[in-house]
Amino acid sequence: MTSPHPLGVREATASRQGSDPDASPARSSVVVEARKLSLVYPTADKPVTALSEVDLTIARGDFVSLIGPSGCGKTTLLRVIADLERPTSGRIAIEGMTPEQARLKRLYGYVFQAPALYPWRTVERNVMLPLEIMGIGRAERQARAREQLERVGLSGFERKFPWQLSGGMQQRVSIARALALQPDLLLMDEPFGALDEITRDHLNLHLTQLWRATGKTCVFVTHSIAEAVFLSTRIVVMSPRPGRILDVIDCDTLPRERKLDIRESPEFAAIAHRVREGLKEGHSYDD
Amino acid sequence: MIKRALPVTVMTLLLLAAWYAGAAWLNWPQAAETLVRANKPAGFGDVLAQAYAMKRPILPTPDQVVVELWTSLSGYAPTSPRNLLFHAWVTAEAALTGLAMGLVLGILLAAGIVYTRTLEASLLPWVIASQTIPILAIAPMIVVILGNIGLTGLLPKAVICMYLCFFPITVGMVKGLRSADPLWLDLMRTYSASGMRAFWSLRLPASMPFLFASLKVSVAISVVGAIVGELPTGGQAGLGARLLSGSYYGQTVQIWAALIMASLLSVALIAVVRGLELVLLGRAGAR
Repeated sequence: MTSPHPLGVREATASRQGSDPDASPARSSVVVEARKLSLVYPTADKPVTALSEVDLTIARGDFVSLIGPSGCGKTTLLRVIADLERPTSGRIAIEGMTPEQARLKRLYGYVFQAPALYPWRTVERNVMLPLEIMGIGRAERQARAREQLERVGLSGFERKFPWQLSGGMQQRVSIARALALQPDLLLMDEPFGALDEITRDHLNLHLTQLWRATGKTCVFVTHSIAEAVFLSTRIVVMSPRPGRILDVIDCDTLPRERKLDIRESPEFAAIAHRVREGLKEGHSYDD
Repeated sequence: MIKRALPVTVMTLLLLAAWYAGAAWLNWPQAAETLVRANKPAGFGDVLAQAYAMKRPILPTPDQVVVELWTSLSGYAPTSPRNLLFHAWVTAEAALTGLAMGLVLGILLAAGIVYTRTLEASLLPWVIASQTIPILAIAPMIVVILGNIGLTGLLPKAVICMYLCFFPITVGMVKGLRSADPLWLDLMRTYSASGMRAFWSLRLPASMPFLFASLKVSVAISVVGAIVGELPTGGQAGLGARLLSGSYYGQTVQIWAALIMASLLSVALIAVVRGLELVLLGRAGAR
C-alpha cells in the first residue's frame, strides 16, 4: 500500500496506524508463512495425515481462500494458524512469531462455522466478550461493540438475545465480535456454509466491502467455488488424503473492488474454471 | 384458564373425598365406643359426626387440620411458639443455611471433579456412597458429634441439610460445567483467556440451567433434612419439634397441621427458586 488509495482504503490505513503503535515501519509484508507443514492424527487403526508438507505464504492485505472437498485439511490448516491445533512437523510463522505467541498477543480474530454466540449474553455483550477478556474499560468496550455492530449492519439489535436473530444475523454478530478485537488478521472457517444462497450472496458482498474498508488480511475456508473466486485475491486449492495444496491461483485479473456482476465476467469464469480443474485433479486420486 | 383449573379441581375434590372416607373408616371404632360408653344414641349419623369431631382422631379431617392451622396462624403473634409460622421460619432458616452450604460444597466438588481427573476417580465414588447411608441413621450422629464440640442449635440441622443437598448440586454441576459447546471453548482459546476466565465467563454461566434444575430438588430435600434434624435434638422450635411433641401427646391434629405447613414451606421455597430462575435466565431464551 504505497500509492494513493480510494476512500475506503485510506480510512483503513489510518486506523491501522492508530491501532498499532508498536508496529515498526519496516514490518514485513508476509503475515503467514508455512514451510513443509504436516499434521498427523494418531488414530486406533492407522494414523491420518490431515496436512502433508504444506507450503504457503500469505501477504499483508490479501484475501486468501482455502478451497477443497471435505477432509482436505483446509479447516485444520486454519486451526493450525490459530494455534487451535499443533502441527507434527514443519515450520509456521505468524507475523514472524509462533502461532502460540500470536494467539497470546491476540493478533487474529476467528470466525467459526457456527456463530458460537453465548446464548446467555445479549448481542452487544457477546461482541464485548473479547474486550472484557482483554481488560478494556466498560465505556470503550461498549463504544467499540456498537461501532462493529454498526459496521455489520446490526445497529438497534444490541439488546437482543442470539435466539431472537436469524442465522445470517447471528453470523454477522460473530464477525463483529472478531472485528472488535481489531486484529490485522481475520480467520474465517466456512462462516456462511449453513446459510441459504441469497443470504450468502448478500453477506459475501458485505464481507468484501468490509475487507476493502479495513484492509485486513483474511484467510477464508470454503467449499464454494463461486464464493472463493468472488472474494479472494488468491485461491489455495487443496485435496484430501493426505491434505495438501494442489494449486495457488492469483486473482489479479479481477479488480480489487468486487461487485456482484463481476461473476458474469469472462475473467471470473476463467478463474472458476481453473479452480474446478484443480479440484477435479485432486479427486482423481481417490477414485 | 378454566381448562387448566378443571383437572386440578376435580383431583382436589377426589382427594378430599378419599380423605373424609378414610377418616370415617379409621375413626369409626373409637367414635362408636365413645358414644356407647357415654350412653348416647349410636346411629350411623351419630357415629359419623363423632368420628369427624374427635379430639385425638387416628386421622383428623381436612377441616380439623385447616381450623388448627388457621387458629395457629391467626390467633397468635408470628413470634409466638404457638404460631406455626414461627416454627416454619425456624425450619426454613436451617434449610436455607444448609442449602447455601450444600451449594458451595456441591459447586466446589463439581469444579474439582471437572478440572481434575484424579478427583473424578477418587471423589465420585465417595460422593455417591454418601447418599446410600440413610439420613435417619446419620442425623442423630451428626447432632451428637457437633453437640460434643459445642455446636448446637441451627448448625447441626444445617449440616444435615447440606449432607442431603450437595449431591444433586454436584451431579447437576458436573454435567453443567461440561455442557459448554466445544466451539465456545475454542473461542475462549482464540482470546487466550485464562482457565479462571473461561470458568467465570463460559463454564459457569453455561451450567446455570443445570444448577437450577438441581436446586429445585435440593431445596425440597433440604426442608426434609431440617425436619429430620429437629427430631433428635428434641428441640423446642421448628416443624420437626412440633411433629415430635404432637406425637408425644397424641395430638394428631397438630401433627397434620405441621405436615401441611412443611409441604407449604417446600412449595414456597421451590417457587422462590423458580422465580429466581426466571429472573436470571428467563430472558436468555428457551435453552
